[in-house]
Amino acid sequence: MSSVLENLVNQPYRHGFVTPIEADTAPKGLNEDTIRFISAKKSEPDWLLDFRLKSYRHWLTMQEPTWPNVKYPKIDFQDIIYYSAPKPKKLASMDEVDPELLRTFEKLGVPMNERAKLAGVAVDVIFDSVSVATTYKQKLAEVGIIFCSISEAVHNHPELVRQYLGSVVPTGDNYYAALNSAVFTDGSFCFIPKGVKCPMDLSTYFRINTESSGQFERTLIIAEEGASVSYLEGCTAPKFDTNQLHAAVVELIALDDAEIKYSTVQNWYAGDENGVGGIYNFVTKRGLCKGRNSKISWTQVETGSAITWKYPSCVLLGDNSIGEFYSVALTNHHQQADTGTKMIHIGRGTRSRIISKGISAGQSNNSYRGLVKIGPRAENARNYSQCDSMLIGSKSGANTFPYIQVQNNSATVEHEATTSRIGEDQLFYFTSRGIGAEEAVSMIINGFCRDVFQQLPMEFAVEATKLLGLKLEGSVG
Amino acid sequence: MIRAGAEILLEVKGLRAKVAGVEILKGIDLTVRAGEVHAVMGPNGSGKSTFAKALAGHPAYEVSGGTAAYAGSDLFALAPEQRARAGLFLGFQYPVEIPGVSNSAFLRLAYNTVQAVRGKDELDPLEFDDYLREKMKLLDIDASFLDRAVNDGFSGGEKKRNEILQMALLEPRLAILDETDSGLDIDALRVVANGVNRLVKPDNAVVLVTHYQRMLNYIVPDYVHVMDGGRIVKTGGKALAEELEARGYDWVKEAA
Repeated sequence: MSSVLENLVNQPYRHGFVTPIEADTAPKGLNEDTIRFISAKKSEPDWLLDFRLKSYRHWLTMQEPTWPNVKYPKIDFQDIIYYSAPKPKKLASMDEVDPELLRTFEKLGVPMNERAKLAGVAVDVIFDSVSVATTYKQKLAEVGIIFCSISEAVHNHPELVRQYLGSVVPTGDNYYAALNSAVFTDGSFCFIPKGVKCPMDLSTYFRINTESSGQFERTLIIAEEGASVSYLEGCTAPKFDTNQLHAAVVELIALDDAEIKYSTVQNWYAGDENGVGGIYNFVTKRGLCKGRNSKISWTQVETGSAITWKYPSCVLLGDNSIGEFYSVALTNHHQQADTGTKMIHIGRGTRSRIISKGISAGQSNNSYRGLVKIGPRAENARNYSQCDSMLIGSKSGANTFPYIQVQNNSATVEHEATTSRIGEDQLFYFTSRGIGAEEAVSMIINGFCRDVFQQLPMEFAVEATKLLGLKLEGSVG
Repeated sequence: MIRAGAEILLEVKGLRAKVAGVEILKGIDLTVRAGEVHAVMGPNGSGKSTFAKALAGHPAYEVSGGTAAYAGSDLFALAPEQRARAGLFLGFQYPVEIPGVSNSAFLRLAYNTVQAVRGKDELDPLEFDDYLREKMKLLDIDASFLDRAVNDGFSGGEKKRNEILQMALLEPRLAILDETDSGLDIDALRVVANGVNRLVKPDNAVVLVTHYQRMLNYIVPDYVHVMDGGRIVKTGGKALAEELEARGYDWVKEAA
């Protein structure tokens, strides 16, 4: 690999700093007492404590999955802090937010108060595990939208949470989902009532702050009949040497004619250039197209984490429902990503579309793993999948594992895949026309990712483009 | 056009270059003045392409000796993109494909980068589109070029036309065309020759690297150089090219 390419992709992580905010922290380790501690801290009703304990007992019987194409040392679940919260405060306005926290966001280039105002985005900020402030809540409330932390929802809208929590990702779905169901600390809750089009994009910035605090978020979004919402999730974390486990669960439910668009930009600490440190991102995201003509669309730009294990999926239950998955996954150094989607076609006339772009640099390994399943009742179901891989240099790897199961012979399933490489010759072609190598790489990458970026909401697309540029920018001279 | 007092655009002295540790160029001397057209000919493996790429700065080609002055300054002190911005152009023998990057965006970025260095105004996408279409019309290039990715899925002839289009846009002072004529049908050859002839002006120069004489039926060179074994072994006028076509390269090798 040429030195130009190496410089380009070997950018140090820029968001490495720790904000000194006092945390109210649980002792390390996991047992039923830890779970009771979390539940008590959050003054939860009994049914939720039962939900947690049931999940925990199930988790104890399960095995850590070994099928992903990733390698990491065994996780010691007793060496993790499961609850850590800033001093609880109720804030009426952004002015009351801890200035230290605001500075943190500024360092990240995300001045949230300005951002919220200028972009018209309501930001439900998750700092470590507790919501610190929620903006625009009132404006949303006027049209009947509930957008709050899941802890608040548990207290204020228990009937909704109880009805839908665990309905898409059951407590025993997989090892990490079971763990999350036992110990989740906070997350977002969003409810769009019948016929309401959410007037603005809803956005949450996640940030892992206390060293060794595993972060277990829980997000639940419900769009009732004819409702629609676009939800943005952006993440970044400070630099630590010990690995941090992140096992979130996101559940989406779309009823008849409803539409949910969920976009993620993920830039957690990926470890250093020798593969030390970095976040383990083991996430379960699933959407249920419960109603007819409903639509769920996942868009993700994954650039961080030491290990990514993530398959945002759609269960297409309602007739003529639509599932979409658009993904860019960039890995560098020793990062490992095993990511993709599952499209489960159950209803008639269901359609799905998968566009996956994997970029591997350094010694990283990037796998697409996807399942397209057409059930026996899914008459005339259609799927189109396109999985493209780009290799930067000669030491990185890319794999595609498409699984296709068809149980109805009226279905149409298409799969296309390509692999390309950015090498010396491509870069020289640009430089010989006066274009700098940095700009060249960014142009190639943006071109490669265009089909996915087009799916992101405007300001998020700009952020994603910048982020990839940042990741690939270097001291080219 | 040879003019005794014209500015020296390129002066190469004793140039040696290696590829993967093997010395290919073994001492090349060449002087190109403004207004001149040079043809560099020679058998396969004589070092013609290495010479072209070493001048443009391909990172795989290591200059191991000698000097090259471009318009009076040290060429090898410049990064490849700086050479391009200073008006050096390399037309590739095998232009690479760049999927996903639109040809029009690529051309505009290259054009604006070079314009900015020359202290001229950059063009916005609409203005550039007009300018580009005009150039394409002159060169008889199909408009569908713009919507496609750079060289992606282009035929051999289309790739070469795209090279000539880039040359026409960037208006280089010194264009080095590496076997731009190879693999072209007669129509494409005319397009390429037309593009080159349009470029040649009193303050520009062209170095045509070619294996065959047929390109020189359309572009009349002022000098013809024959390379062999990493050196220029013979220099003459247009008549030399015709003699090479008739007699092959062996007699030059023997004479050298």
